[in-house]
Amino acid sequence: MRILKIIKFITTITFISLTLSQISEASEAILKELAKEARTADIKFVQFSASTGEKLFRTERIHSNGEKISCMTCHTADPKKEGLTRANKVIKPMAASINPNRFTDMEKVQKWFKRNCNDVQERICTPQEKGDFVKYMMSIK
Amino acid sequence: MIFFRLKKEPLLLFILLLIFSSVAILKADDEAEEGEHHERGGKSEEVYKLNNRSSVVPVINQKFKSECTSCHMLYQPSLLPAKSWTKMMGNLKQHFGENAELDPAVQKEITNYLVKNSSNRFSSNQDVIRISETTYFKRKHDELSPSVFKRKGIGSAANCIACHSGAEKNDFSEENVRIPKETAGKIKK
Ligand code: HEC
Ligand code: HEC
Ligand code: HEC
Repeated sequence: MRILKIIKFITTITFISLTLSQISEASEAILKELAKEARTADIKFVQFSASTGEKLFRTERIHSNGEKISCMTCHTADPKKEGLTRANKVIKPMAASINPNRFTDMEKVQKWFKRNCNDVQERICTPQEKGDFVKYMMSIK
Repeated sequence: MIFFRLKKEPLLLFILLLIFSSVAILKADDEAEEGEHHERGGKSEEVYKLNNRSSVVPVINQKFKSECTSCHMLYQPSLLPAKSWTKMMGNLKQHFGENAELDPAVQKEITNYLVKNSSNRFSSNQDVIRISETTYFKRKHDELSPSVFKRKGIGSAANCIACHSGAEKNDFSEENVRIPKETAGKIKK
């Protein structure tokens, strides 16, 4: 009986870690795709930087509508915490270590960069900026 | 207080539950009948009514669910008339101060779904695109002072689910209304 339990436990753990590693592979793949995009946009592209990504996340600016805004407005100052939309719905944490489903679907990633960069910066983000941001979110322990 | 006492009386609780559930079943029957009456029609009272009594909630379109519920709760299509949905879906670039743009194929699929399942009980205010600005909504909430909607745990009248826990399933029944207190923290989904 006991041995059965142990086997069950081990299988579960293996299964969970396999799924998790598949998920993190998906976000690595997204970083690779963004790097390809960055190279196409700028031949001088070298690599993504988590600290530049953090700067993008934390930089506040005054929107043309007069309001102070940044990525932190909705995602909060701590990417490991839950955020809140303008319509008061909870946003799951952005840090991939807490929320492994982040940055696993390229279409979703691109859609929200387009929306949120326009919302905050009033322009789209460059491929470099997008990669820096994702790298930062994946580096948070 | 009553709950406190009930805790000590499992038998009583069981009996009460039995009564409640049979009442609920009877009521559901009533509502189904009521629905038939509506179709035959025309009581002036019904003019403003949303399809909120319908016990059949349409199957949720998956695109609608994934594209229209990340910023706010899921609003059932029956909460607005077709004309309002078409108008709203035609201008997603400026959607209440946010950009909710979609690619054209997805936008079309969602619009069709919303229109098909929209409310057919509106005869006025067809240009209103906020549920919270319809005459029906205002009449049903006229006892609430506007400051209530601004409470921290609510935010705005658009956040139905803060008070109606069953809102995403079209359940706005009196039994399931609870207004968060002033001190309430963040709302859960
Ligand atoms: C107005 C509120 C708001 C602001 C401001 C905001 N975001 Fe977001 N962001 C959201 C919402 C809502 C989602 C989607 C919710 C979800 O996936 O849980 C999201 C999702 C994302 C995603 C997709 C993540 C994934 O799961 O793939 C990225 C990338 C993102 N935001 C980047 C940014 C960046 C960069 C900024 C600052 C320039 C920013 N956001 C500012 C609300 C906001
Ligand atoms: C980028 C964020 C975002 C997305 C995506 C989004 N909405 Fe909204 N929506 C909002 C905001 C912000 C409001 C205003 C909420 C408030 O007043 O508190 C709103 C309000 C609404 C309202 C009015 C609520 C009321 O009665 O006041 C409806 C209906 C609505 N949205 C439907 C949709 C539909 C349908 C979609 C999908 C096509 C969608 N939304 C996608 C942000 C969004
Ligand atoms: C601040 C809390 C609050 C919010 C937010 C709120 N409601 Fe209500 N609602 C109430 C209260 C209180 C009643 C009255 C309950 C009663 O007496 O039946 C009510 C009644 C209703 C009724 C009538 C129910 C019936 O059977 O007569 C409907 C329908 C309704 N609300 C829909 C909505 C919708 C749709 C939204 C979002 C667009 C919303 N409500 C947002 C508090 C709220």
